[in-house]
Formats: sequence, structure tokens, C-alpha cells
Amino acid sequence: MRRLALIALPYIWLLALFLVPFLIVLKISLSDLALARPPYVPQWNFGDGWDALKAFFGSLDLENFVFLSEDDLYWRAYISSLKIALISTLITLLVGFPMAYGIARSPEEWRPTLLMLIILPFWTSFLIRVYAWMGILSKEGLLNQFLLWLGLIGEPLTILNTNTAVYIAIVYTYLPFMILPIYAALDRLDDSLLEAAEDLGCSRIQAFWLITVPLARNGVIAGCFLVFIPAIGEVIIPSLMGGSGTLMIGKVLWEEFFSNRDWPVASAVAIILLLILIIPIILFQRNEQNQREAER
Amino acid sequence: MTQPAFSPWDDPAATPLIQFRNVTKRFGTFTAIEGLSLDIFEREFFALLGPSGCGKTTMMRMLAGFEDVTEGQILLNGQDIAPVPPNKRAVNMMFQSYALFPHLSVWDNIAFGLRRDRMRKDAVASRVDEMLRLTRLEKFANRKPHQISGGQRQRVALARSLAKAPKLLLLDEPLGALDKKLRQDTQFELMDIQETTGTTFVIVTHDQEEAMTVASRVAVMDEGKLMQVATPDQIYEAPNSVYVADFIGDVNIISGRASQSGDKVAIAWAEGEPQIQGTTSRQFAPGQTCHFAIRPEKVAISAQKPDAPNVLRGKVLDIAYLGNISTYHVELPTGTIIKAQTANTRRIARRSFTWEDPVWISFSDTAGVLLEH
Repeated sequence: MRRLALIALPYIWLLALFLVPFLIVLKISLSDLALARPPYVPQWNFGDGWDALKAFFGSLDLENFVFLSEDDLYWRAYISSLKIALISTLITLLVGFPMAYGIARSPEEWRPTLLMLIILPFWTSFLIRVYAWMGILSKEGLLNQFLLWLGLIGEPLTILNTNTAVYIAIVYTYLPFMILPIYAALDRLDDSLLEAAEDLGCSRIQAFWLITVPLARNGVIAGCFLVFIPAIGEVIIPSLMGGSGTLMIGKVLWEEFFSNRDWPVASAVAIILLLILIIPIILFQRNEQNQREAER
Repeated sequence: MTQPAFSPWDDPAATPLIQFRNVTKRFGTFTAIEGLSLDIFEREFFALLGPSGCGKTTMMRMLAGFEDVTEGQILLNGQDIAPVPPNKRAVNMMFQSYALFPHLSVWDNIAFGLRRDRMRKDAVASRVDEMLRLTRLEKFANRKPHQISGGQRQRVALARSLAKAPKLLLLDEPLGALDKKLRQDTQFELMDIQETTGTTFVIVTHDQEEAMTVASRVAVMDEGKLMQVATPDQIYEAPNSVYVADFIGDVNIISGRASQSGDKVAIAWAEGEPQIQGTTSRQFAPGQTCHFAIRPEKVAISAQKPDAPNVLRGKVLDIAYLGNISTYHVELPTGTIIKAQTANTRRIARRSFTWEDPVWISFSDTAGVLLEH
């Protein structure tokens, strides 16, 4: 009985905070827009009776999903989000792997400090950090002033409100999520493995590719998913730093909800986003499971 | 037909495979190895034995190329190996942790070194299969290292380090992670493999029994210096110092003042006790401090006073029963404790002595060795 209660607790948590909201969003996505409050029909209340419930289910339809597939704005937004997330993940990996490697190879007494420096930005509000980047990247910002002062450029560069700014901000924001799992994998790597590889005829570079990289693989995969999954649905970065040409599904979703007040279409966008994300999430879970099995 | 004994170290014409010439190794201000010279010959099974921190692992890592030599030279086949990086040395090492690559199968682990040599595919395959047969691992070829037992992992590590047919194989505490029974079996396996392959083995160990079992010669080390280099029986029977005598096996040390006539030495070691009679080829000045070292199994214990050159009286303080043998701790009137060992050829119920019994201990004048330091 006590065991059941113990297991039930996390399930109730998941049910109340994930499944129920999901079902509500799903229901809204099947409803129609209405000038009402809340802005959709049909509505159903307890006490309306059986017939009302039948009528309620009868009026739910897939109209909004059909609409999404017809208007190419949404498709382009999904594709563009995937592209931006994919490229930022790749850049984050290229920046993060050497940093993780550097930390793992640094003297033992330095490592806690270096890791602290990686985690430290989290102590400041995310929004404030994004605003700080806006200050750096804007036309009159620190970066342009610095480059002008160096004489490298004659005209200030337009970086803010372009896709470049979005990439910079995503890479900056999610870099710790890439570094930490890779560091964890590299830290577990026994130095004697590299010595053994050298002893058996590898050069240092060969040993890196044949031993270090394969053994860091699970860390790399975990890091990539941890960056890719949230980056797809990113809202704040494209809204604040992207330009009019920056198309990301999170931003579209936001505008449907708050500018157009079209809750049913916004919900349909959210449902599709969730379906897209389920694939990488499942792959991520499988990777974690494989890793645990390999360690046993 | 009797085989000639394998002892190239006694042959002045033999050229050593490895020569340490006045090698010194310092880590910062700490001197790990000090002015050490040593020859190791081809086909030898050479053991470096010593307590942890004595420099034995440093010597091995210098041979493998993971540590530089601070002063002096190490020659392999007459060539200074200092400029040769570890991946170009004809030396392979079996690591204490085995250092098996966890992402590769047993087969790929063994093939790893061969592939680096750009060997042909079928040549790699036949060599790996040969190694698997040698170490009786055929059945486990496709397993990953975490799917096999500790003893099997040890054999994979051995097969991997032997695969490239190195001139010299270094073994760093190769059996340290195995339990006692498996360790003993593996020791004999190692000796067999060493004989079949004809490879020169250098083994680092802190286990003196292991060194004595496997090695053709043993080097006893302490604080970066070689204390004695000799065959196991010489190390045991004729240690050159109290340190070596004490490090290898069990020993009784009695210190006193020597008075020599010819090869006979009498040692005055305590007031009121008879002098100990010993035999030596060394020269001791009259009154010089000397140490008489005798192994417990060479000390006899009896109830009646026996007729022997050295006879001492005492009482049984403690008995350590080990099954096949018993060690008696006999306290002499001076308070000195002498260990005497007897084989338990009779059942324990018929043991002649028990605690507090007055006994005589005796030994011949040639049973012990006389040491200066």
C-alpha cells in the first residue's frame, strides 16, 4: 500500500501537470475561433447533460490542422526552426567540445573553478542576459564601437535583428548544456587508455580520434539533444534578437496566441511542435538508457 | 639430455637487451630513481620488486616511454631509446588497470595495435586468432570488456600487449586485481606464455611470492635504488642486506659484535647467552657490528636439548597454525623473539609443544647468513 502511494505521487504529478494541460490544449486545437471569452467554441459545463456533451464532441474537428497545412507560413516556420536549431546545435558542439576537453584535461585543482565559470551565467536572469547581448550587438553597441575603434570596419555592422544574432544568442544560452555532459564523459575517461593506445602505436592525434572521441560519444549526443530540443521552440531569442525575416515556430505560436488571439490555431501549432519534438526526445531517452547499460 | 641452465647474466660475453646506465629520474625536487645501472637479457623474466613508492613503476614507465630520463641512458639493443616516442618503441606494456578500450570488442582490442601497423587484413585476423588461442579466449572474441570476468580481462590485456610481438613486454602489477587462487594459476600461465613466445618480460610487483614464482631474476628496490639483483634462490638464501632479507619472506635477525677466525664467526649478541656461531666468506673486523639472518624454517625446535652448533633456550610464546606448517614464536630469556617453523607432518592433536612450554631452539652454523648492514 505504501509502495503504491509512493509510486502514485510522481504519476499524479505527471497527470496533473503534463497530461491534463496537454488534453486541454488538444481540445482547444480541435475547437473553432469565437469572439467570446475564452475565445473559442464549443464550451461544455458540468450539468449541461448528456445531449450537450454529444453535441460538444460532434462540433470538434481538424479544421485548424487543415488550415496549418494550407498556409505555407507555418510550414516554413517549422522548417526554419529546425534549420536554426540544427545549425546552432552544430556550432554549440564545435565551441563546446574543445571547452569541455580543455576543462577535463586541466589540472585537477582548476576544474571546479572552470566548471563554476560555465555555470555562473545561470545565476543571472535569462532575459537580462539577452538584453545584455542586445546592448553588445546593436548598431551603437559595444562590439561595433570596438571594431570601429580598431579600424577594422568603417560602417557599423547590422547584427542585431538578423539570424546571426539569433545564432549567437542560442549558442551562448545553451553552451553549458553542451559542455557539461561532454565534460562528464571526458572526465570518466581513464588516462591509461590513451597511454595504452600510444603504446600500441597510435600518435596522439590518432589516439584522440580512436579513443577519446568514441568514448565521449554519449556525452556529445546528450549535449546535442539538450541544445536541439529547447532551441526548436525558442520564443524569447527570436522575438527580441531576430529580425522580421527570422521565422521561428515559437515566435509564430506567441503571435497567434497574444496578437491574433486565435487560440485554436495556436494550440494546433503547439500540438504539431510537440509531435516534432517527440522523435528527438525518444532518441535522447534511448541514448541515456544505452549509456546506463554500458556502464553496468 | 639436460638443458643448459638459462643464466646469460653469468656469461660475460652475453649482450644485454636492455641496459640502464646511471639512470636518474627526478620529479621536481623528488628523486624517484638515483644513479641506477642494470642489465636485462633477452628471454629473461625479470621482476622489479619493492614497496610502493620505491620507483619500480617509474622504471617501467621510462622503458615504455611515458617518462623521460633525467640523467643517464637506457639502451635497447645497444640503441639509446630516449629520442624514440612510445608509439615507435618495440616495447609493449600491460597496464595495471588493463586499460582495455571499453567501446571495442575483445577481438578489436587485440587487433588495435596490429591495425596501427597497417598490416594486411587477413594477417591481422590470423594474428588475433593466434593470440586468442594462446590466451584461451576464442569464445569471448565478440564480447565487450565489461561483459567478461576479471581473469578474462587480464588475459585480453596480455593478448593485446603480446599481439605486436614486442621485443620487450612490460607488465605493471599484472595480477594485482585477481583473487589469490586465480593469481597462482595465472602466474604459471604467464610463465608458459613467456616461454612459448620467447619474449623478454619485465614485471613490476610488490608481491614477493609472485616475483619469486615467475621470475628468472629479481631486483629488490628501495627508495629509487637497487638493493640486490639475483635469482630468486640467491635472493632468499643469500640476501646481501638486512633490508632484502627482511623484505623477502620471514626472517630472524640477531645483531651483535663479530669475532672472526677463518670463515667462522662468533657473534656476541647478549650477556649470558651463548655466542652464535656462523660461517661466512666475508671479512668482519673484530668487534664489528654484524647481523645474523636466519629463516624460520631453518630453526629447529625441540623439547630435549639437541646437539647442534647453536642451541638456545626459550619458551613458546605464540603458535601460528597455517595448516601445512606451524610457526612458533619462541621467547628467549633476553626477551628476543625467534621464529621457528616446522612442517605439520603429524595431526595437530599430537603436536609436541603448546603455549608456555620450555623448549630448545637450534640451528647449524651454516644455516644463516651474516650481513654487514
